[in-house]
Amino acid sequence: MDRQVPHFREELEALQGRLLEMGGLAEERVRAALQGLVSRDAALITKVLSGDEPINQLHIEVDNRCFRLLALHQPMATDLRAVVAAVKINTDLERVGDLAVNIAEASKRYIGHAPVKQLIDIPLMGDIAQAMLRDALDSFVKRDTDLAHRVLNEDDRLDSLKTQVFRDLLTHMLRDQATVEPSLDLILVSRHLERIGDHATNIAEDVIFMVSALDVRHHLAGSS
Amino acid sequence: MSTASRSLASLGELATTRKKADGPDAPSKIQVDSMNFYYGEKRALQDISIRIKPNVVTAFIGPSGCGKSTFLRTLNRMNDIIPGTRVEGQILIDNVDIYKSGMDVVHLRRRVGMVFQKSNPFPKSIYENIAYGLRINGLAASKAELSARVEESLKQAALWDEAKDRLHESALALSGGQQQRLCIARALAVRPDIILMDEPASALDPIATQRIEELVYDLKKSYTIVIVTHNMQQAARVSDHTAFFWLGRLVEYDRTEKIFTAPAEKLTEDYVTGRFG
Repeated sequence: MDRQVPHFREELEALQGRLLEMGGLAEERVRAALQGLVSRDAALITKVLSGDEPINQLHIEVDNRCFRLLALHQPMATDLRAVVAAVKINTDLERVGDLAVNIAEASKRYIGHAPVKQLIDIPLMGDIAQAMLRDALDSFVKRDTDLAHRVLNEDDRLDSLKTQVFRDLLTHMLRDQATVEPSLDLILVSRHLERIGDHATNIAEDVIFMVSALDVRHHLAGSS
Repeated sequence: MSTASRSLASLGELATTRKKADGPDAPSKIQVDSMNFYYGEKRALQDISIRIKPNVVTAFIGPSGCGKSTFLRTLNRMNDIIPGTRVEGQILIDNVDIYKSGMDVVHLRRRVGMVFQKSNPFPKSIYENIAYGLRINGLAASKAELSARVEESLKQAALWDEAKDRLHESALALSGGQQQRLCIARALAVRPDIILMDEPASALDPIATQRIEELVYDLKKSYTIVIVTHNMQQAARVSDHTAFFWLGRLVEYDRTEKIFTAPAEKLTEDYVTGRFG
C-alpha cells in the first residue's frame, strides 16, 4: 500500500515540477549568455543581465514549498530525502542562474574588445555544462542513479577543459598585452562554466542520496 | 440573498447551500461570538470568538482539558444532554443562532453530524447502520432510494469496495478502522453540511488513521469539517485552519501552515514545539 497521503504526493509532484521549470530557465539563461558571447550580441547579453527575476522568485517559492511540506507532513525516509534534496537542488539552480548573469557580465566586457581568438573550447564547455545540468535534472525526475553517476563522471572533462582554456589564454596574454583584459574575461567565463558543472554534480549527488540513501559526496561512495 | 432574509430563513433551507470559497470574503459557515460555556459554576470556555469558512477542515488542538472537545460539542448542542451546562454568547450556523428558542435540535444535529473517538456502530448489519437514520427521518421514499443512499454514503466514506459484498453482515465484524468509516458513512447518509470529528483516529492503527485522514481530505470538497485531535501532526496534515486552545481560551486561530511554521503567540509556539502539554 502506498503510505503517502494523496495531497502530499500531489504537493511533492508540484514541487518537482517547479524545480524542473527553474532548471529549464537556468539552462536557457546559460545558453543565451554564451550565445551572446560567441555571436557578440549585446542585446542578448543585456537580456540575460536583466532577466534573473523569474528564477529568484522560483527560488523563494520552492523554499517555501519545502518548508511547508516539512512542517505539515513530517515526511520520512525516501520522502524526507526527496524534500531535503529539493531544498539543496533549489540552491544549486539559483546559483546557476547567478552564474549565467556572471557569464553575461564578462561577455559584455569581452565584446567591448577585439576578439582574442576563435571561441571553441568555451562553447564546448557550455555544451557539457548544460548537458550535465539537464541530465542531473532528468536523473532527479526519473530517480535514475546511473544517469546521476554519468553526470559525476562528466565533471572531470569540464575541469580539464577549464585548465586547457587557461593555458591557451595565458599564451595569448604573454604574447600580446592588449589581450590581457579580454582574456581574463574568457578565463572567468570558463571558471563560471566549471562552477555550473559543480552545481550539476551537487544535484546528481543529491539524487543518488535521495534514491539510494548513499552519500557519495567527497568520494564517500558506499557510506550512508 | 440578503443578510436579513438569511437570518430569517430556516437552518435546513440554508444548509443546503454549499459555498466553495475559502477566501477572505467567503461567508462564515460557523460564527461564534463571545461564547462562554459553563459546567455548573465552572466556566470551561471563556470568551470564544471564531469564524469558520465553508468547505475547509479546521482542527482544534490543545492539551487535555483545554476545552477543545467541549467547544466542538457546543456546535451541535451535544452538551445539552449534560445537566447543569449553560452557554452564553452566540453560535451562528449559516447566520442562524443555533441556541435560539424554538430551535429544532434534532434537525440541527442532522445538519451538523458528529463522529466520535470510539466507533459506535449499532449491533446491526452494515446496511442497517446507515439505513436506520434515513428510515426514521423519512429521508428515503422507496427501498431503491434507501439502497442508493446507503451505497452513496459508503462510497463517500471510502468503505464501499470493502463492504459491498457483506452489506448484510454484522457491522461489529468490521475492523476498527472500517467501523469508524462506517460511522462516518452513517453521519454522511443524512446529508449534513458540517461534520464534527472528535479524535476520530486516536483509537486506530497508522494505516487505518491514514485512511481516515485521506477521507477527511476528500470530504472537505463537499462538507465543512471540524476535527478535534490531540495529534498535532495529524492536525498539520489534514487541516486548512488550526485553532489552539489552552485552559478554556482560544489562544490562536490561523492557517495551519502559519500555526505550524510561525505562530504569532508564544504559547502556541511552546505547545507545537512540545515544550508543554
